[in-house]
Amino acid sequence: MSDVTRMLEDTAERLLREHCTRAVHAEAEAGIWPAALWQALEESGLTLALTPEEAGGAGLPLLDVLGLLRIAARHAAPVPLAETLCGNWLAAACGLAVEPGAVSIAPVMRSETLRIAPIEGGWRLTGRATRVPWARHVARLAVLALDEDGAPHVALVPRAALATLSRQQNIALEPRDTITIDASLPAHAAAPFPGAVHAARALGAAMRTAQIAGGLERALELCVSYSQQRVQFGRTISKFQAIQHNLATLAAEAAAASAAVGLAAEGIAGGPDLLLVAAAKGRASEAASIGAAIAHQSHGAIGFTWEYPLNLATRRLWSWRDEFGNEAEWYPIVADPVLTGDAAAIWPAMTRRRAPGTAEAA
Amino acid sequence: MDALRFPAPPISPAADALRLEVRDFLRSELGAAPRRDRSGTLGGFSPEFSRKVGARGWLGMTWPRAYGGHERSMLERYVVMEEMLAAGAPINAHNVADRQSGPLLLRYGTEEQRREVVPRIAAGDCYFCIGMSEPDSGSDLASVRTRAVAVEGGWRVNGTKIWTSYAERCHYMILFCRTAEADPKDRQAGFTQFLVDMKAPGILINPIRNLAGDTNFNEVVFQDTFLPAAAVIGTPGNAWRQLTSELALERSGPDRFLAGFKLFRALVGQLGAAPGERARMAAGRHVAHMMVLRQMSRSVAGMLEQGEEAALQGAMVKDLGTTLDQGLPDLARLLLPVEADPESEEELAAALADVTQHAPSFSIRGGTREILRSTIARGLGLR
Repeated sequence: MSDVTRMLEDTAERLLREHCTRAVHAEAEAGIWPAALWQALEESGLTLALTPEEAGGAGLPLLDVLGLLRIAARHAAPVPLAETLCGNWLAAACGLAVEPGAVSIAPVMRSETLRIAPIEGGWRLTGRATRVPWARHVARLAVLALDEDGAPHVALVPRAALATLSRQQNIALEPRDTITIDASLPAHAAAPFPGAVHAARALGAAMRTAQIAGGLERALELCVSYSQQRVQFGRTISKFQAIQHNLATLAAEAAAASAAVGLAAEGIAGGPDLLLVAAAKGRASEAASIGAAIAHQSHGAIGFTWEYPLNLATRRLWSWRDEFGNEAEWYPIVADPVLTGDAAAIWPAMTRRRAPGTAEAA
Repeated sequence: MDALRFPAPPISPAADALRLEVRDFLRSELGAAPRRDRSGTLGGFSPEFSRKVGARGWLGMTWPRAYGGHERSMLERYVVMEEMLAAGAPINAHNVADRQSGPLLLRYGTEEQRREVVPRIAAGDCYFCIGMSEPDSGSDLASVRTRAVAVEGGWRVNGTKIWTSYAERCHYMILFCRTAEADPKDRQAGFTQFLVDMKAPGILINPIRNLAGDTNFNEVVFQDTFLPAAAVIGTPGNAWRQLTSELALERSGPDRFLAGFKLFRALVGQLGAAPGERARMAAGRHVAHMMVLRQMSRSVAGMLEQGEEAALQGAMVKDLGTTLDQGLPDLARLLLPVEADPESEEELAAALADVTQHAPSFSIRGGTREILRSTIARGLGLR
């Protein structure tokens, strides 16, 4: 881990602790954009952590950036940090200008495709996307659209240029809006994307994996401290073996999610390798389910209240486990390279490694 | 939180190259078809095979050259281990010695013990069994009653060890026993580890048949067995601490999630090239879990390489890994209509019978699930 990473981690921890208060969470859930938090994140350079240095960012390795996202998730930061990191990375990858401001990405659903076509003096971008994170609050969207030959392009669309926006949300009341686009964009607003069509979705899945790891870590921290304070039958409930074993199981699931982050990062770095990303996101999503259930069981009724902070973690876990693909989407993708009918090919498929930079067809 | 620290394992081109080398070796040694083995899910006991592995330099891989080792990385050792396990290779002769006894002797043994024994382990010539459990001491190891009493020139041992795998075919046992009166204030004090030559007079080995019909575990009775003073490993009274580092090695390895792999392989073979949506979902889930466990286990190998403490992580790998492995029979039964038959010529029916019968042991040997979870809970600060 580099000095820059360590410095950014310390900065993130400090400013998130300062800004992610109960009041800020309450306001965010009521639809108010946490402007002070976002400004602090931008000023610290965190939103450009994944952007290459030549494009004005910190150019950190993906694994380190995922570590920063994990910290933000532990604090349940109600802002599109993951989406902005991803959007700025997409823009920089195409040589588009990276500018300040919150960014979202579209499409995020596997089944949705937006279209782009060159026109006189620029581009025509059209289509509809659902569940777009934070669309109503961001400055612009990085849209991965296909041209008539199926070639991926990235287009930067100002929020004001959206045709329609209808407000929806996830369980944590984070915006997940439906948008339509029918816009003419200037030439400098879009460019061919040098990566694979599924690159953005894979990166999103890796980011949600890291966020799940952070959410589970927070849930575990709350469980440990609560069980050491809550007294029943004359002793703290942390002394009961049933509680201890449940929390050990929660810890093991959190650890699995944590290891999955490394797997996902490895998968992206290679170009992306969907098998690794799919395994990581599917497994982390399952950990989110198991972990959230144990965290609530260990807290009893207090954990079920809005006031107590556990739900800031668990409602996000219940959302993130589905976003950028749940188990139903990813597990069959894990199976495909393995279930070829040739039993002798299973193990080589599971352990294969590609040299970094060698891309692979979708 | 430190307990959740699973740093990404280092990229090792040497390990990647080694993997292919090991695969070639196993292909020529074991043949293309996975071998039917009646001696348990972790492969058979074959001194011939172990010597060949030793000759390739794949035992004692991380140990100093001065003791017959090869000074390679933990990650390279990991690769050899998991390739052997995935192929169902007969590793049981050398496995315990290579995994934990050799490292224990290198860390705590006398110079004489290291010179005498460790190079033979690395050569695949010398096999070890574990002397921990007793008839009345399973998870509660501090209750062991086997006792060594100091006598002229050494120690005299009396007591009974049990569940000792391959005791009759091993050269040595690492014996964990009491050498001082129990101290109610410090239950972990007063134990010593010994290097026991299994040919010493006064050792009686009684085979125990397990539910699958195998007789590869045993009761080992010590009757006034004399051990020379030179048999003490480390410091008398210090065994509990010495044991802790041994357990991290015992628990974190790929054997904790590959014990049932032959059943998964048989299942995938039977499912064929167009397995259907339900099978893709369920088998994909299993593979995803295995891939994350590999990541965790490789991460622990990387941590051990750096000299970091990883006992908690090891306990987590074993808990998650054995739970996954134990789910394999039900995964197979959910996807295919099959009836288990230990004597069947059908690979799936035979593997289902074998893994079903051995699965209960996965979460017992090497630390029960309950003990692992208590260990993790202690690491979380709950106990």
